Amino acid sequence: MTAETADGSSGIDGEDPSIRDILATEIGKTDFRIVISTMLAIYALFIVLTFLGGGDINSAGSSIIRLTFLFAAYGILTLALNLHWGYTGLFNIGVAGFMAVGVYTMAIVSTSPDAVSGTGLGLPLIVGVIAGMIMAALVGLVAAVPALRLRADYLAIVTLGLSEIIRLTLNSATLSNWTVSVFGFGTGGGSGIDLPARPTDALLNTAFGDVLVDVLGTFLRPSVIRRSLWVLVMIGFVIAVYWLLVRVGNSPFGRVLKAIREDELVAQSLGKDTRWFKIKVFMLGCALMGLGGILWQGSQGYVSPDSFRPIVTFYVFVALIIGGSGSNTGSLVGSILFVGLLFEGPRTLANIVSGSLSLGSAPGTFAGAMAPLASLEITPLLAYFMNNISALRFILLGVVLVIIMQRRPEGVLGHRTETAAAISLDRPGPARTNGGESDE
Amino acid sequence: MDVSDVITRGKVTIREQPLLAIAVLATALLALDLLARLAGIEVPLAGGRTFGGELSMGRFSGLVWNGIIVGLIFGLAGIGLSMTYSILNFANFSHGDLVTTGAFTGWGAALLVAGWGIGDIGHLLLVRPGSGASPNEIGASIVQAPLSILIGVIIAALATVVVAVIIDRIVYKPMRDRGGIPLLIASIGAALALRYILQFVYGGRNRGVTSTQDVNTEIAGFSVNMHELTLVIVAISLMLAMHFMLQRTKLGKAMRAMADNKDLALVTGIPTERVVTATWVLGGALAGVAGYLYVLERGTIEFNIGWFLLLFIFAAVILGGIGSIYGAIAGGFVIGFVHEVSLIWIPSDFNAAAAFLIMILVLLYRPQGIFGGVTTA
Repeated sequence: MTAETADGSSGIDGEDPSIRDILATEIGKTDFRIVISTMLAIYALFIVLTFLGGGDINSAGSSIIRLTFLFAAYGILTLALNLHWGYTGLFNIGVAGFMAVGVYTMAIVSTSPDAVSGTGLGLPLIVGVIAGMIMAALVGLVAAVPALRLRADYLAIVTLGLSEIIRLTLNSATLSNWTVSVFGFGTGGGSGIDLPARPTDALLNTAFGDVLVDVLGTFLRPSVIRRSLWVLVMIGFVIAVYWLLVRVGNSPFGRVLKAIREDELVAQSLGKDTRWFKIKVFMLGCALMGLGGILWQGSQGYVSPDSFRPIVTFYVFVALIIGGSGSNTGSLVGSILFVGLLFEGPRTLANIVSGSLSLGSAPGTFAGAMAPLASLEITPLLAYFMNNISALRFILLGVVLVIIMQRRPEGVLGHRTETAAAISLDRPGPARTNGGESDE
Repeated sequence: MDVSDVITRGKVTIREQPLLAIAVLATALLALDLLARLAGIEVPLAGGRTFGGELSMGRFSGLVWNGIIVGLIFGLAGIGLSMTYSILNFANFSHGDLVTTGAFTGWGAALLVAGWGIGDIGHLLLVRPGSGASPNEIGASIVQAPLSILIGVIIAALATVVVAVIIDRIVYKPMRDRGGIPLLIASIGAALALRYILQFVYGGRNRGVTSTQDVNTEIAGFSVNMHELTLVIVAISLMLAMHFMLQRTKLGKAMRAMADNKDLALVTGIPTERVVTATWVLGGALAGVAGYLYVLERGTIEFNIGWFLLLFIFAAVILGGIGSIYGAIAGGFVIGFVHEVSLIWIPSDFNAAAAFLIMILVLLYRPQGIFGGVTTA
């Protein structure tokens, strides 16, 4: 592999370390610095883009809040998927389905019984969140018990099928108004279900909220402040999940998981009941996917089955693969890079380009865009490109996925060996070796 | 053989394969219920539910006919998926979008021929992306313009072959010796790119394509939709052609050998890379034609029809046993029947879920497929 990354340790034994190398080694020193500097780089990019597009500090602030919201949402899901795929080698492509189970269970438990669409029991939110996680874990259990002995590609098809079954069930009109005696369990069908409000929203109506609006209100709109409060909660959850997974990964339990990923037969030969380990880890990951779904799709006041199409699973997979499966830090970096460069970046860029170039109205069809090329007019084609940026974004996503799988399947940070032992086993020396490959 | 012997053997089966016994029992119950419904017998059970009920013979035969139609589509598209799965050893998630490729390119050609001089060329070639000549004005139907439909079939096959081979060269060839999972992930990437290139070029509108004038006629007393009849004839003749190709030609033998044991095939001197290309050519052509015929039958086209078909195609392939083209065809019929005939018992928003559930159950309890695990074509 000849690819050189910015955070590689190429500057250590170089003869004259340039500024870039020094920066790279400094950033690469701790995982926290890697995540933060990636995030700051994306923020800087978007602030520059916003001001280029003629935005003010309010729009810059709201774009940063939106980015952070998505970082956190994808971060939790990617961490959960990393537990399945990166740590244990379980190829689960039903993430969206487990998210849906979490969100809908939360909704049915916590939405008030007299909601406009869908019906719930109206229990406290925390009960709903816990119920959602438990339910996602239980659905994971039901799927895991028979499916985990399957080959990886069969497991992929089973989980994808399961997530589609879940989505179709939630979408069905039959269950939309389901009631048992006085208790409503309606999913709302295709028209979706109303959700309880974010708990942080109530905070703004208190004395603390008034102070907050007074202090920050001079340069930020109240709606931005309200969203940023929720984003802070999500960041807290990301840190908690990250901490939990690092603990799990470094525990004896995590060592078995890595052993299963590398060679399940060896783990079995050592007397580990690998099936039970896989079931437990599958349930834990599913519960975290449910949590991720609740924090993300469950925090917007309303959700419909359309939010859980298989494409969401693929997004999470792309984020994980970019970051490098097997690495928790890589999962976070991958989420940030995915959201910033692949998900939000193209749209923002297209807005700026079409805003600054005055391309005129875009042609409605590809033929209408291509015809003027005969007379060497490129503007309609460019306008068509900018108008269809969402399609181009998916094409970019697919191309990036293929290129990563061909050129760098280990992702940005996947090359880092995460030692299973609690203490470092590296020999002291100037150059760090990459454990797995050095004994060839 | 006396009765007690049969009972003992039945007991053994139940003890050893309880799930199989349950499946057999459930199937038998459903069959009885179906017979009762057709006979118009209704036996009330507890809770306001009944055994049997009303089902007219006309509705039942209509559902069976629909099952055959979609089953042929699943089977035709499934042949290619099954071949790439067994010969290249990975689940190709971009197969559904090859189906869409065939649908769009084929119908572009068909509309261009049928509507020559009626609408402008861009409008026809891009399969009516915006406002313009209506399907009935263009008149693309087997009755009004049979030649255009035929040309469409050929273009659908050719264009899909080109796309499939290009994707193989760019995406899969550099990673030929990697495991099934990296290839699977790469195929998801290829699927996304291909699907949204199609959306970019052809637009995202769901629109009508075929002309429906005079399509329903009577042949020997039966009311027949000529488009469905065309679908059945084309699909069955392609399936027969595949059968003779695999059994009678050298290429077919080489493909069966590769599906069975790749290393052995290599040692024997089979040009594996050429066989791989042939696999993409055949699989791509069948997928493209399947997409084209699917649109002929349903009359409308959209950029993600193939993606929505993909799980059904997987279900058909898995049910029949991965690698077996006869299995894929048979599995297609089973999934098609489940998809349509299950409507007798369950609401229409669950029939897709029922088909997927059967796929999952087969994967879990009989991953070699219901027809006994023949891995060679």
